[in-house]
Amino acid sequence: MKIYDLPDKRGHFGPYGGTFVAETLISALDELCKQYEYYRGDAEFQTEFFRELKHYVGRPSPIYHARRWSDHLGGAQILLKREDLNHTGAHKINNTVGQALLARRMGKSRIIAETGAGQHGVASATVAARYGMECVVYMGSEDVKRQVTNVYRMKLLGATVVPVDSGSRTLKDALNEAMRDWVTNVGNTYYIIGTVAGPHPYPMMVRDFQAVIGNEARQQMQEEYGRQPDALIACVGGGSNAIGLFYPYIGEENVRMIGVEAAGKGIDTQKHAATLVTGRPGVLHGNRTYLIQDENGQIIETHSISAGLDYPGVGPEHAWLKDCGRAEYVAVTDGEALAAFHALCRFEGIMPALESSHALAYAAKLAPTLRKDQLLLVNLSGRGDKDMATVAQQSGISL
Amino acid sequence: MNRIESVFSRLKSQDKAALIPFITAGDPDSATTVALMHQLTRSGVDLIELGVPFSDPMADGPTIQRSSERALKQHISLKDVLTMVAQFRKMNQNTPVVLMGYANPIEAMGYKRFVEEASRSGVDGVLVVDYPPEESAEWVRHLKDQGIDPIFLLSPTTPESRIKHVAELAKGYVYYVSLKGVTGASHLDLQDVSSKLSQLRAHIRIPIGVGFGIRDEQTARSIAERADAVVIGSRIVEEIEHSQAADLLANVGALVESLRHAIDARSNHASDIG
Repeated sequence: MKIYDLPDKRGHFGPYGGTFVAETLISALDELCKQYEYYRGDAEFQTEFFRELKHYVGRPSPIYHARRWSDHLGGAQILLKREDLNHTGAHKINNTVGQALLARRMGKSRIIAETGAGQHGVASATVAARYGMECVVYMGSEDVKRQVTNVYRMKLLGATVVPVDSGSRTLKDALNEAMRDWVTNVGNTYYIIGTVAGPHPYPMMVRDFQAVIGNEARQQMQEEYGRQPDALIACVGGGSNAIGLFYPYIGEENVRMIGVEAAGKGIDTQKHAATLVTGRPGVLHGNRTYLIQDENGQIIETHSISAGLDYPGVGPEHAWLKDCGRAEYVAVTDGEALAAFHALCRFEGIMPALESSHALAYAAKLAPTLRKDQLLLVNLSGRGDKDMATVAQQSGISL
Repeated sequence: MNRIESVFSRLKSQDKAALIPFITAGDPDSATTVALMHQLTRSGVDLIELGVPFSDPMADGPTIQRSSERALKQHISLKDVLTMVAQFRKMNQNTPVVLMGYANPIEAMGYKRFVEEASRSGVDGVLVVDYPPEESAEWVRHLKDQGIDPIFLLSPTTPESRIKHVAELAKGYVYYVSLKGVTGASHLDLQDVSSKLSQLRAHIRIPIGVGFGIRDEQTARSIAERADAVVIGSRIVEEIEHSQAADLLANVGALVESLRHAIDARSNHASDIG
């Protein structure tokens, strides 16, 4: 097994990652790096983290064999890593628990977060309530309108939701605004980034907290199937659920890793969010990575039926895994994701998040091309209750 | 001696602080920007910081964000900004122009092409907000190859080790961000500025400009008593935003003249450049 030890000390994954922020943020990031480096190796911190994951989040999440759906597809067996069964219904909570524990040890009393669909906002508001911290969530004003239920959920949990009216009024603008808050209030404030993007140490730290997904999977696969899967499949917006599953497998080169991006209305239209499949490298939100941008380097508005994949950047480690060929990246359309959503509901009695439905849709394409004794492990990163209104609307039904 | 050095050396001999305005290129449109640059020089500024509009201006407050959005509505690109500088240079060979913006438009053009075209257009310095010194080695080499000054930010939280690093890379002047926060915020502590400036001067041998949070004549004068240059952005951009097209040049001109007057009236100047 080759040793994989990225990122380097300054957060670089090959040419990607790094710390591309204004001087005003550097000292806050330096402090965060120092503290995280310490607690990463601190047994007491790690013990508390795993205790919280067990008793509060409900881990380990099982691996479930989607037998009826696999039989229907007529090829490889599809296994689901059930992150949808976590408290709050998605993988996001793994990271917010880890960062909130770090924030407490750093003496910060206020946490801020950005959110698109609201899942990371809800996960942040949840841990803020759990640990008795003030929580402010920035959310694009367009998203506030589209995600009324999650906005209310965050308020029930005691968070303040701040609508952001600048730019395209979506996730990327919420991230800009959260950064501005952090610069201004860095003394008492901890910024919980929800994905493996942003400046160092966020891509590494969020990966480490999410790696529980892949570490559990390796153990569960060995115990229950006596071997590792032939391929891992996960959806990629910023890429945190995918890296969480992939990272512990990077050294196992006979396990394929496939990241599935949102092709929206098609990658040949302007309405998609397939950053790695169609984008070019650039600098945004503190790191160098692939971006969806115009020829002048302005960031273009993205589209996906799934708000959690609707982001013009992607985690720098994915950019690196793409370039070095260790992981493959593909894209599926809104329509393909919706079909997979319905299939999983009908064949397995599981309602997946629209984000995760992208991974499922690719699994449904790949499985029939493989032998029946081959295993595909799909990260079912979240549950789909939050998406019912969107799905109903697509079917011409108003709830 | 390049344009930036000449200006600061002249000001030093006159015992004056530099007045540096910031405007966003293409706000409200390209033709007005070039006319505004000439108006600014007539009203007594020493150097112009010209903002390159970007879709995601993370370090800017609402005023400068809106100016960037106004420019982008007209699809102003980095190439267009360079054209504006070239037009300005046809009539003005003396006033230095420093571009200020974010990394990605430059990344999209490529370092080599950018520095060549910037040099041809008459750009004197470039400040990229999200290129901190740690990520800047190759970038600075490209700029210096074309004789363009790399301008860097320093902040109240910059530790001594990084001040030394910036001192090695920076040319022209350095820009001290006088408060924690984004552009246009308003809580500047003069005492803090004074003590930080003496710490900076232990390592920085080039002029130090101070900006962020300077909104009125009195603050401008107080900063001029402590720094080598006073940078004023949001206040001027606000004037542009609120002016009718017909009055825009006159309004900005009047504002800048009053600031010029205020900083020239400074007392107890304690600068020790070079």
